Amino acid sequence: MTRVKWTVWLPLAVFAGFVALVALQLFRPAGREVESAMIGKPVPAFTLPPASADRPGLSPADLRDGKPKLLNVWASWCIPCAAEAPQLAALQRQGADIVSVAVRDTPDDVARFLARYGNPYSRIGADDLSQVQLGIGSSGVPETFVIDGQGIIRYQHIGDIREPDVAMLLGKLREAAR
Amino acid sequence: MMAEFGLAALWLAAALAALQLLAGSLSLKAGEESGQLAALVRPLAIVQGVLTGLSFAALLVLFVNTDLSVKLVAMNSHSAKPFIYKLSGAWGNHEGSMLLWVTVMAGAGGLIALFERRLPEPTMLATLAAQAFVGLGFYAFLLFSSNPFERLPSPAPKGLGLNPLLQDIGLAFHPPTLYLGYVGLSIAFSFAVGALLTRQVTPDFARAMRPWVLGAWIFLTIGITAGSYWAYYELGWGGWWFWDPVENASLMPWLAATALLHSVSVLAARDALRTWTIMLGVAAFSMSMVGTFLVRSGILTSVHAFAVDPERGSFILVLLAIYIGGALTLFALRAGTIAEGERFAVLSREGALVFNNVMLTAILAIVLVGTLYPLVTEAMGVKVSVGPPYFNPVGAIFALPMLAVMAIGPLLRWRRESFAAIRLPVLVLGLVTVAVLAIVMASSSGIGLLPLAGLALGVSVAVASVLPLRGRKLRRMPLSVWGMVLAHMGIGVAICGMASESAFSVERLVAAKAGDTVEVGPWQVRLVAVEPVAGPNWTALEGRMQARYDDGEPIELAPQARAFWTPPQQTSEAALLTRWNGQLYAVIGEQVHGDASADAPRWQLRLWWKPFVTLIWYGGLLIALGGALALVGRVLTELRRHAALRRIAERRQEQGR
Amino acid sequence: MSGAIKPKHQRLVLALLAIAALIGAGLLAAWALRSQASYFYVPSDIAAAPPAPDQAVRLGGMVQAGSLKTLPDGVTVRFMVGDGKANVPVRYSGILPDLFVEGSGVVAEGRLAADGTFVADNLLAKHDENYVPRELKDMTDAQARATVAETGK
Repeated sequence: MTRVKWTVWLPLAVFAGFVALVALQLFRPAGREVESAMIGKPVPAFTLPPASADRPGLSPADLRDGKPKLLNVWASWCIPCAAEAPQLAALQRQGADIVSVAVRDTPDDVARFLARYGNPYSRIGADDLSQVQLGIGSSGVPETFVIDGQGIIRYQHIGDIREPDVAMLLGKLREAAR
Repeated sequence: MMAEFGLAALWLAAALAALQLLAGSLSLKAGEESGQLAALVRPLAIVQGVLTGLSFAALLVLFVNTDLSVKLVAMNSHSAKPFIYKLSGAWGNHEGSMLLWVTVMAGAGGLIALFERRLPEPTMLATLAAQAFVGLGFYAFLLFSSNPFERLPSPAPKGLGLNPLLQDIGLAFHPPTLYLGYVGLSIAFSFAVGALLTRQVTPDFARAMRPWVLGAWIFLTIGITAGSYWAYYELGWGGWWFWDPVENASLMPWLAATALLHSVSVLAARDALRTWTIMLGVAAFSMSMVGTFLVRSGILTSVHAFAVDPERGSFILVLLAIYIGGALTLFALRAGTIAEGERFAVLSREGALVFNNVMLTAILAIVLVGTLYPLVTEAMGVKVSVGPPYFNPVGAIFALPMLAVMAIGPLLRWRRESFAAIRLPVLVLGLVTVAVLAIVMASSSGIGLLPLAGLALGVSVAVASVLPLRGRKLRRMPLSVWGMVLAHMGIGVAICGMASESAFSVERLVAAKAGDTVEVGPWQVRLVAVEPVAGPNWTALEGRMQARYDDGEPIELAPQARAFWTPPQQTSEAALLTRWNGQLYAVIGEQVHGDASADAPRWQLRLWWKPFVTLIWYGGLLIALGGALALVGRVLTELRRHAALRRIAERRQEQGR
Repeated sequence: MSGAIKPKHQRLVLALLAIAALIGAGLLAAWALRSQASYFYVPSDIAAAPPAPDQAVRLGGMVQAGSLKTLPDGVTVRFMVGDGKANVPVRYSGILPDLFVEGSGVVAEGRLAADGTFVADNLLAKHDENYVPRELKDMTDAQARATVAETGK
């Protein structure tokens, strides 16, 4: 019954088409991660008040002092930020200068978070309306940016910093120094 | 401790699944001499079910105790949350719901291992092996890429809290119900594969598979109905179905399962539609898997989708390719060897069922294509969204003929029916349809074609559903026939509700001061005051209103605009007043800013009067009830038959035969 | 019909009918999708190639700071949606979605009226901290410029 025979392969063919289509879409860079379009551009103009009693706030001049820095976007209500605290501490111990922006947070919660997880930051700016966060092209927390000595954004790391990322970020900092 | 216990139970269950697969396939190969190995398979399946149950219970305990050292609990729970929502937080996230998935799969496998004895043992072994094979992939997914029991380096101070949209009793129970159905269909899949492998596509096989399919289908029906009602009152948009990819992901298996249900009955009663039944058995659970993939891979934008990265999406895609691809290949290879079933005329019950199965499959295809279309266009660089303007009319093209045939179908005899025999019912139903059309068109204007057709056919189907009772002794009718009557009536009722809501809803959008009265349809609604209120983990502005139906007694109504604090989110809590003939739906928005006429603050109010909208969900429940009756009926028949056979065997023994 | 049809012919006929119906469904779906799928526009797309006045489309962009005005009826709002290159005026009657603020992203469903105003039936605002509709991903650059312009004032 050859005429019916080929039709039994139809469902499989249709399914194969579906898999191909979907695989194509999955492996495109278009994921849920929104990449900053600001790479290679200077950090926009802003000034943020201090978010914590014992660290100064953040302004563009601080980022143009000739030394590359890491800029960490975080919040006390962000759980992966707690998960990356040890890695940030490791980065600071190995000489990285980490400034940060605390988004949509309150001074009390910031203080509590820092007391619990440690404070690797040299500066913490309070970004209550996420303006700076959006301005540098970050769309979620946590994210970490490598900013070179002239205030140009060089690299964006989306998500929490895991152990293997520590060495990678240190490498990016060294590149930015050149 | 509890987290480690849960994880260990999960690993053990996965190991047992591997063993089950091994034992099952080896004993199939060995054939007659498989004795010892074969005897292992059923117990393995049962213990696997128990272990996953324990693992899930461990997760529940972690959530109830708000154990903030576990990452999942920290991200999805909060100590200030009410108990029931702590519990439902366990399955209100990706990892937890995946654990629920494998629990239901293993549980279902355990149940058939325990209770199903009507099939030849090789088929059962093949079925359980297939179930284990599919389970293994999902165990791997859980253990390697979505571990629900992962710990944080140090406990979080307080939880991130569940999305407040999910803090709702309806939604608390919607996932488990849906999963019992959705994942319960895996049994149908395994049965189909088992039957294909052992070439046992027979009426006996159909009779064995039927109650399991029915059981899963009932839960799926309830789950979808509950989900729709939840979206209706929780989102505050007044709609009850949005053709969102997540909704479609639950509808597609339901369509396939409904077709499968009917196909299995034909195979059981008339030994026809063998290939079709197997195909549908594979398709139903395939749709479940495709649906879960679409929702979790991040590939489609949806307000309901879990936030998962593409890496996990690829994992599921690979699983899909193996399982569905494998099953479809097996089908293609073995389909030719499935013997020809019995013939039947076009005008016969089989004919009607085939027609409707094709219609259901067509609707399934339409929903699938519509859901995937944005993906296709995006691959070509264009972004589109597909919504009701596509799904409703195109679906209706196949749904309307299906309803018409469904009205007549149960009246047709098996094998061949003469037109003369059904002339009277057809006439009656035709008259009913025309009458409804005439009445509706005469009494209201501006009703769309689709709602009109829906009303007419809905009434027709509801009336037609009781016609099979004509001329039968009601007390001696099998429960399964009652089940069919109720289920079909439920469809008619639900369609009436949907059409009525489309055709007759009245909406008012106003900015009102305290003391103003708004008219919506037959209601007069007075805004008394807007006051702040607080709850366990939220604060809100509550609009106190008094509504009077046609100048009757005033009834209190209090919609809220609510603000949660962890995570910060705002929701709208609609207030609903239900009467026998519809619902008054009230939503309060913000205070009007920058008001020029500023003698008193004005508030945004949105009010709907939706006649007969509740029929949609009553209809859905009726369908599920019909299914439940049919299931009970069949199980009772089976038990009675089993008891009778036992008595016969005993008597034979006594008589020394 | 019937008694005379051989079993294998019946099977063949059934299979072909089913396939025909499904192909028909597929073709119908494809045709309907072309006309009913809602295309996504950003303001510069609308400026360059506006859709037909009655076509249901979606407009996405950033709500311009300072543009949100409530009309005297209390329930209709007007605001500007921009993408750094062009702006489109939008009118919407209804309760604003949660998280709808100036300076944030929005996707509006509706149609472009003859006078160039986008009349929205539905607004979808940014849903949660980590969720950015994929369509708005390209906004970041332009929107960053806009934010910069704002803070520079």
